[in-house]
Parts: sequence; C-alpha cells; structure tokens
Amino acid sequence: EMLGVLVPQLTELTKSDCIWQRICWRLVERVPDRWMEAVVLGFVQRAPGADVLSRLLGNLVVKNKKAQFVVTQKMLLLQYGHTTAVLQNLLGYLSLDSLRRPLLLTVLQELLETWGSSSAVKHSPPEQQLYISKAILICLSHVKEPEVQSCRQELLTSMMEGVKCHLDSSLPQLRRLGMVVAESISSRINTEGPVLRFEYEEDDETRELKSLLVQTPPLCVVPSLADDDRSEKADAAQQLVPESNKKSQTALPVMEDEESDAELDSDDDLVPYDMSEDKELKMKAPVYIRGCIEVLTGSEDVDKWEATVKALESLVRRNPAATREVSVELAKILLHLEEKTCIEGFVELRQRAQVAVLTTDPIPVSKYLISQFYSLNYSLRQRMDILDVLVLAAQELSCPKFHGKTKDSGAPKPHIQLLPGSDSSKDWRRIVDERIKSKTRRFDMGRCHMELPSGPNKFNSVAGHFFFPLIQHFDRPLTTFDLLGEDHLVLGRLVHTLAVLMYLAVNTVAVTAMGKALLEFVWTLRFHTDSYVRQGLLSCVSSLLLSVPAQLLLTDMTEELLETQSWLGDVVEKDPDGDCRRLALQNLLLMENLKKKLEAVPS
Amino acid sequence: MALPPPDPQFVLRGTSAAVHTLHFSCAGQEPDIPVLFSGSESGFIHVWNLKTHRVDTALDGHGRKSVYCVETMGGKDRLLSQGRDQTICLWDLAEGRTSVTDSVFMEHVGFCRCSLLKVAQGRWLMAMAAKGLEEVQVLELPSKTSVCTLKPEVGAKLGMPMCLKLWQLNCGSQPLLLAGYEDGSVVLWNVTMGKALSQLVCHQEPVMSLDFDSEKAKGISGSSEKVLRIWSLNEQQNLQVHRTHELVNAGVSDITIRPDKKILATAGWDHRIRIFGWKKLKPLAVLDYHTATVHCVSFSDHRNPRQRLLAAGSKDHRISVWSIYNET
Repeated sequence: EMLGVLVPQLTELTKSDCIWQRICWRLVERVPDRWMEAVVLGFVQRAPGADVLSRLLGNLVVKNKKAQFVVTQKMLLLQYGHTTAVLQNLLGYLSLDSLRRPLLLTVLQELLETWGSSSAVKHSPPEQQLYISKAILICLSHVKEPEVQSCRQELLTSMMEGVKCHLDSSLPQLRRLGMVVAESISSRINTEGPVLRFEYEEDDETRELKSLLVQTPPLCVVPSLADDDRSEKADAAQQLVPESNKKSQTALPVMEDEESDAELDSDDDLVPYDMSEDKELKMKAPVYIRGCIEVLTGSEDVDKWEATVKALESLVRRNPAATREVSVELAKILLHLEEKTCIEGFVELRQRAQVAVLTTDPIPVSKYLISQFYSLNYSLRQRMDILDVLVLAAQELSCPKFHGKTKDSGAPKPHIQLLPGSDSSKDWRRIVDERIKSKTRRFDMGRCHMELPSGPNKFNSVAGHFFFPLIQHFDRPLTTFDLLGEDHLVLGRLVHTLAVLMYLAVNTVAVTAMGKALLEFVWTLRFHTDSYVRQGLLSCVSSLLLSVPAQLLLTDMTEELLETQSWLGDVVEKDPDGDCRRLALQNLLLMENLKKKLEAVPS
Repeated sequence: MALPPPDPQFVLRGTSAAVHTLHFSCAGQEPDIPVLFSGSESGFIHVWNLKTHRVDTALDGHGRKSVYCVETMGGKDRLLSQGRDQTICLWDLAEGRTSVTDSVFMEHVGFCRCSLLKVAQGRWLMAMAAKGLEEVQVLELPSKTSVCTLKPEVGAKLGMPMCLKLWQLNCGSQPLLLAGYEDGSVVLWNVTMGKALSQLVCHQEPVMSLDFDSEKAKGISGSSEKVLRIWSLNEQQNLQVHRTHELVNAGVSDITIRPDKKILATAGWDHRIRIFGWKKLKPLAVLDYHTATVHCVSFSDHRNPRQRLLAAGSKDHRISVWSIYNET
C-alpha cells in the first residue's frame, strides 16, 4: 500500500542520482527491526527488477541481521508462495554486488542441502519443491565460473544425493524436477566433457525451469528519458527472439511431370501383361495355437516369429477351446517373451495377447500370473506388467463387448489403454470421478441415449480369483522383492490395481467379502510414507464405497467405516500431498451421500 | 484382357550358391557361342553356354569368397571380376585358357560394384570404392594408374558409395561418374577435374542400384525402400527429380536399362522381377519365378533384336532367362 506508491517514485529518483540512492539506503537501514521483514518483503515484491532492488536497498542485507535472515532464509526456505519474478529479483539482487556475492553462495549451498535431503523430498509438498528447484536454477544462472570451481566438490556431492532421493520418489513430477536440476548442475560443473543427461518428456514445467537458467541481460541500463526507455526495451526484446531455423537445402526440388508432352509416346506399342497377382508380400503366420507356441519357443526364423507375434491375439480370440488347453503354457511364454526383432508396438502386442489369454481362461491363468507376481527372480517391470494385464482383463470381462468387431466400435465407455509407463492411476481416477459425479447428482440425468448391449458380467465368477490371491501375500518379503520395504513403487501399483478390481466387481457376489478384506488392507497401510501409495489407498476406499451396496456397507462394516471416516478427516487436514487431501475429501462426501440416501429410504 | 506374364525361356541350375552378378556376351558373330557369365557366392565364375544351357567353364580366382561383379572388356575373351577377397581379377579366356593376367588389390571392403568405361581402343577407366570411407577411386586399365580420387567435402556425411556408373556423352567427351551413396544421395562427379558437379537426395535409405541413359540424360535409382526415383540431368549438369514410382514391396537390389533404351528391369527383394517402359516408367510386367531375393538382372547384347534375353540371378541358386518384348 504505502510501498506501492513509494517504490516507483524511488525507482525514478534513484536512477540517476547518487544522493537519492544514499537517502534511500539510510531510510531503509533506519527501519526498526520489528518492521524490517514487512519492509524488505514489500520491496522485493514490488521492485521491477534486480538492479532496481539493488539501487533501493543497497547493502542492507550485509549490514542488518534481520534483513539478512529474511532474504536468505525466510523467503527462500520457509515460504514458498512467491512468484518466479520475486525469486529473480531476490537472487539477482544478491548477485549484483561483490559484498553480497558470498551470501549468494551460502544461499545456493543451503538450497541444495534442502533439495538433497531425503526427508524433505518425501514430506514437503510438491509446490515447495518446485519453488526450491526454481531458486536453485536461478542461483546457478548467476554464479560465475571461478565461484563454481571453488565449491565444485560440494555441489557434486549434494547433486548426487539429491538425485537419488528424487528418483526414488513415486510421483513423476518430483522425478522430473530432480532430473532437470541435476542436469543443470552437472552442466555447470563439467563445462567440458560429458554432461549428465536424463531422458524425460518435456512439458511446460520443465521448459519453464530450463528457461530460468539463461539470464536475459538487464534491459536498458543507460539513464534516459522515459520514451527512450521503452523503445530500448523493445529493441532488446527483439534481439532475444530466437533465430528462425532455416532448413538446409537438401530437400528434393520435385518437378511435376507434364502429362501433355510433345514427345511421341512409343511406349504405347508395349502391351503390359497381367499384373493382378502382384501383391504385398506377407509372411504367413501359423494357423494353429500350438504352432504359435512352437515358433515362439524355438524357431530361428525371425520373419515367422514377427508374424506370429502380430497374429497371436486374434488367433487366441478365435480359438478359445484350443487356447484353454494350453493357456498356462502360453501365459508363461508371453510373460517371458522378449523382443527379438524391432517390431513396432511390441509391448502393446504382447500385452494384448496376454489379456486375450487371460480372458479366455481366467481362473488357471490368473492363478499362474499372481503366483509369479509373488515369486523370486522377476524384474519390477514384469511384476507391474502382470498387474496391468490383470486390470485390462478384468475390465474386458466386466464390460459387455462385441468380440469380432473392431476395437473402436464406438463403445460409450472410454477405452483406456493401460500402457506401461503411463500413470494409470490418473485414468482410473477420472473414471471414478465420473462415477462419483453421477452418483452425487440429485436430479435425474435422463437415460443414456445409447443402450448398452447387455450380456452376463463374466467378471462375476472370477473376481475373487483375481482379487484375493493378490491381497494375500503382500506382507511376506522375498529376498529380491519386498513390497513393504524398498519396492514401494510396486506396492503403489498393487494398491491401485486392487482399487480397480474392487471398482469393477460391482454387482458381483463376492463384493462384500472383497470390500471387507480391502478395508482391512487399507487400514494396515494407511500411514505409509509414500504419497503414491496413499493415493492408491484412498482410491481403494472410493471404489469400495461405490461398489459395495449401501445396505451391506452399513450392516457389515459399520465399525470399520467409522474408523475410516475419522482417518479420512485426519488426512484432509494434515496430509502434505494435495491429491491425497482431495481424494480424502471426495471419500468423505461419498460417505455423507450414502448416509443421506439410506436415511431417505425407509429401511 | 491382359495376358498372364510369360514363363522363363529356360532356367540355369548348377551354381549351388546364390548368384550375385550376371553379364552377357552374345555380340560375337557365328560360330561364336553366346555366353553368360555368372558370379556366385561360392567364389566361382561360371561361364554358361547359352546354346547347350550348361556350364562350359568354372573359374576359381577369388579364394572361395563371393564374386559380386563380372564385366567383359571388349568381347568374351577378357573378363574382369570383383570379389569379396578385395581383389579385382583380369582374366584371359581366349582359346580355352583360364588364367588371371592381372589383379588389382582393393583397400575397400564392401559390396560396391565397380564400373567400367571404354575411353579409347585398349584403354579403360574403372571406378571403384577406395580406401577412405566415402571415397571413390578411378583407375585406368590396363595400366592400373590412378586417374583421380573423388572425395566428398568434409562433413558431407554421404557414407559408403553403394553403386557407381561411369559414362560419357559420346566418345571423346569428358567421362563423368554417377555415384549412389549410403545416405540416399546420388552425386555427379567430373572425373577429369575430380570434383562434384551436382548432388541430389533421392532416397531416405541407401541407394542400392542405379542406371543411366546418357542419350536422354535420365537416370533411375532404387533403394531398400519402396520407391524408385527417376532423375534427369539438365544443361547445367544439375540433377533434378523427374518422377517417382512406388513399388508394392520394399527393396530393389539391381536396376538395368536395356541397351535399346525401351524397357528396364528391376530385381526385387520380394523375389520378383519388374519390367517397366523407360519413357514413362509404365509398369509392364511382374515376373514371379524365384523363391528368394533376386540379386541381379542383366540384358543381353544380341545383335539380332529377336534373340534378346533378360537374365536374373537369385539367392535360390537359379538363373532365370526370359525373352520379353522382343518384337520391335
């Protein structure tokens, strides 16, 4: 308020006049300690640029302890709500004067310490982590070469520790943050020689972060009239426009041939032969399932192998009886199948074949797969693939679908592909959200205009076979696989899978038993430190509330539900992760609605 | 109603190895026997008698390493063969002899077939891939002196030369070389001056084979993708794309234009030989006989047009010989 008026005036006045600058400094230094924080904060927020801040505050941070604390500790480490511009101002200000530069280095080291501490990564909210990462990147952009060299070793150690903690996290956003910061640090430390480079998908956030590394030169330092200021700013801005990329001139200058040639066409007297037999060469795949098994296990002929992999899914679907004879064997082969040649979409082909086998003969194959999930000597990727396949098969079994028609037959449900690597929890949350929305509406929405063809819910008879074995052994650690220990990523995926299976089991006979078991499972794990696992647990509760019929919920599980409700209330208030809080809130709303619905209906 | 494609006139069996290269020598007068030379993967060069359809002689000069190029130098008594043992052998086959008169050691290890051009009586130019990765060397035969080494500029990243063709517009004009490279470009070189005149990117994949019609200044190139490209040379010696033809199956291992410039034949990886009209690349026939990749095609040089033949050698050890479009 007051500063809003004061700062622009001071900016103008101190621009050219040294005396005014000194007056300003005196003014600021005389501010009593009690108000120092508010004053400094206000200046940092309102100053239009780091150089202006420098002119206004002078060396205040060096002279005044309180100011120093506010600038170097409070604004960077304890608060995280400020914008990037404010960060730029602050750090730029620290870098502009030789007296203040040591402060910049200390700040960088402290930021890196926070960034690298594993407890901070696990427990602080993602917004704060983003803020700290931005601050680190801006610091890096200001720090000069000799300074980097002097503290190279510390930078390297903190970077290594930090990267480890960040990559351990189950949330992809945090992993990306870690990768971007580590890459930037590494590129500053090793100016020549190989630089750390991660593979991640660029998105707006990473691009914004990377742009912070490049410092744009301060626009117009020369004191002049206001109009000149503006025009100079425009010029500088134009220089920063990226150069247009000109493609090299090796493109084909295609010349369209003129049809109406003056040339005599003596080709006319050459009569073409019949070329109708000239078709694309297709390698034949085996026609029988047992033939496929032979090819996949033994054959050296890579062309045949490729053709078999591509044809397998449709063969399995067309010959269910034959598949049932060899289903477990086929499932075993597919689980261990590795890419022999470079086929496009190999992973998807294999997954579709696995789902086909599982839906054709669910009980033995699910038994086999789940037993393998809990066995030794499988990679994490394979275990997560098993979970994905179970979910896709469950989805297929529970939704009536036309077999034989093409995949995109315009089914009203969104056909969600759980491809490996994608964040399947997001997709399922969307479905659950839609379901919740449809259940919390008070007035009739009207019939869905496309009548779903009805068929028996095939998942009914096998839901238990999918669900209970999965939930059985989660607390039994093996030498290479410890769900409750290091492999919390797989635990997270397991929990999400259980949520989906619960959701799909609506209207099946086993749903109440599943619900009870699931609630117990959630209860034991509810204080897990990994936020991805907690999100999964909350999705489990949502699925439970949506799938188990309300009467059964109230009669069979009243005590557990009450306990769950108090836990959910706790989560809403205290959980550091925003998604967890949102899910908990949703669950509480669902419970409220259920209660109201039941009260409205006379029992 | 179009007629079904013709069957081969006859098939030569007996090489017991994949056939990589073929060359006819049928221009001699009677009582000279028309002959077909074939080079195979077992290292033998078979001399086929086209009257009896049997092997007259088998030449073993490459240490059982695959022979991938045979050419005659003026008549069937002098033969040049190139093999994977990095040697180019010159043979004297007159009067029943089978001796190697000379050999050239190649420092390049690869599959690039050399190209011969007769520049004067008894003098030949031969272009072959040279020691450096992207270089082509031109030698004069029989003296084996180096005429020039054609090096692309630094950073051109053309890759290995894949196929070469030496030509000159008419006797006495400057010899020029067309070279197809691994990165899919075709470069026109001036051999006397040793510098490149024009470069054209024809394919995304390596150029497998090319052929050129010097009268019409038009050439064609094929690669491992599905596309055949026809390009032309304008007055400023610049290469430009003229037409593109898309094939049904990918992969062309050899292309050759008949000496009368009316039709051309392509040897495909899909086991088929395709015949096109040269003027407008009109597809004329698809000859489906072989059961494995066709490695080479060659037209005969019979003086009598009615006797002209087309031969194709394939990985299935057979050489099919066809008589097609001989009426004109």
